[in-house]
Amino acid sequence: MSATGNAGCALPWALVTPALGWTLLFFVLPFLAMGFSSLTAHDGGGFTLSNYSQFFNNPAYWQAMVNSLQVTAIVTVVSVLLAYPFAWILAEQVPERWQRLALMLAVLPFWTSYVVRSYSWLLVLAQNGVINRALTGSGLFSEPLQLANTRLATITGFVHFFVMLLTLTIFANLKQLSPSYRKAAADLGAGPVRTFLHVVLPLTLPGIMVGAFLTFVLCIGDYITPQILGGNNELLMPQLVMMQIGRRGDFPLASALSIILMAVVTVVYLACARWLKIERA
Amino acid sequence: MRALVRITSWIYAVAIYGFIFLPVVVLVLFSLQATSFPIPPFTGPSLRWYDAVLADTRLTSALVNSLLVAILSSAAAVALGFLSAWGFARFALPGSGLMRGLITLPLTVSYLIIGMGLLVLFNWAGVPKSLLAAGIGHVVINLPLCFAIIYSQMGDHQINIERAARDLGAPEWTVLLLITVPVMAPAIFAGFFLSMTFSWDEFVISFLLTRFDTTLPVEIWNLLRSGLNPKTNAVGSLVFAVSIVLVVFFELMLLRRKPA
Repeated sequence: MSATGNAGCALPWALVTPALGWTLLFFVLPFLAMGFSSLTAHDGGGFTLSNYSQFFNNPAYWQAMVNSLQVTAIVTVVSVLLAYPFAWILAEQVPERWQRLALMLAVLPFWTSYVVRSYSWLLVLAQNGVINRALTGSGLFSEPLQLANTRLATITGFVHFFVMLLTLTIFANLKQLSPSYRKAAADLGAGPVRTFLHVVLPLTLPGIMVGAFLTFVLCIGDYITPQILGGNNELLMPQLVMMQIGRRGDFPLASALSIILMAVVTVVYLACARWLKIERA
Repeated sequence: MRALVRITSWIYAVAIYGFIFLPVVVLVLFSLQATSFPIPPFTGPSLRWYDAVLADTRLTSALVNSLLVAILSSAAAVALGFLSAWGFARFALPGSGLMRGLITLPLTVSYLIIGMGLLVLFNWAGVPKSLLAAGIGHVVINLPLCFAIIYSQMGDHQINIERAARDLGAPEWTVLLLITVPVMAPAIFAGFFLSMTFSWDEFVISFLLTRFDTTLPVEIWNLLRSGLNPKTNAVGSLVFAVSIVLVVFFELMLLRRKPA
């Protein structure tokens, strides 16, 4: 982008300082405060690494991270696998003039409130909810199944949200592909299956990776869905963090756990970024 | 073969639509329940739970709070984002890339951690929990978004219009108000609208940073403690309806702008 003015005068700084100041004051400073807090003991006193060592020594905390990573991995894979064919159908099988409407319909529940969306799955999955009534009513099962307050419920709620998100991103990706690639493949004698496997899929892979990474980040940091649908039977990291604040008022431990969670996301980001670069080169 | 693909596609698409719509349909249907539990069998239709929602002053004041926080925090985010985008796009500043990176950095951090950081900071500084504190958090999450949207739309052709205005003797603030803002209106509007929806739906920051006066998602969360309740269905359905109206409105605005 070309710039016109000169940097010597005060105007440009007056323009960018408020935004920079806001970010420094309410984003960077809180982060430093959290880092500082994570190095102090809950009951006051000097510097300590005990909050971090607790995480590595307490199997319950460790388990929360394992649970989070497992749930997030399952959610990401299942969502991509469900969303890709759906996006492909919307982009390839639905007539052009209906596509916009079909896509809007597909993401309509996206616009309910996030808390309400999780709650509405509870209505479906509860002990006396819609699915259990249907199952026992039809005589398939004599006893209602335990569906709510399980890992399966958490995963279902997450997948519901991320299928919509990924359908949007993958659809956009498929539409950006120039049809000439497919024509070229067909001219060279490839059937539809080979064209898809060797041309369409590789070309949309970078977009899928971006969507999958977004899913990973949003999923691993979310408190609402596991708390409403998973309950307290099995804790994920965000629930563990909130528990330290809520019940015990233990800010230092909550800070340390948040920083560990962020570190994990950063590691995944770095791994992902490298992989993406190699893919594009 | 082609017919088989078509049939499979149809079945698959219907299944996914069913999955996507199942909870929403259940939510709306049982908001019309006449009895006290939002579970089968359906006993309505009845509007009694909508009456209960509108009579609940905690919910209605939370709704007003949510709207206020959404509008004011989005206005602040869009103003800060616009000014900085203009500054970075029009003037060569030393360390520009680094500063732009800093402004967009909060996009990569989860809301939980942003909220936690503010909670720790405010706790130390003695700032009480309030709607203002939550609003500050909402500006933090929405400023990078507004900045990125507006900055990406500041093209070279707009520079020329601004230059023409300056050549004709317009002072800097006149250029800003009469040229840049109107030209950038679609991006400004998009940033504002997106910020509104994110702020309106944001839960964890408001949950951490407010106490008595709170926003609608937090108040709905408090309702959930009473278990399955048709009143929660009714609030949820109302929020859904409002969002749909907004989205359709936004779509129409976009469609109207397209020929220009």
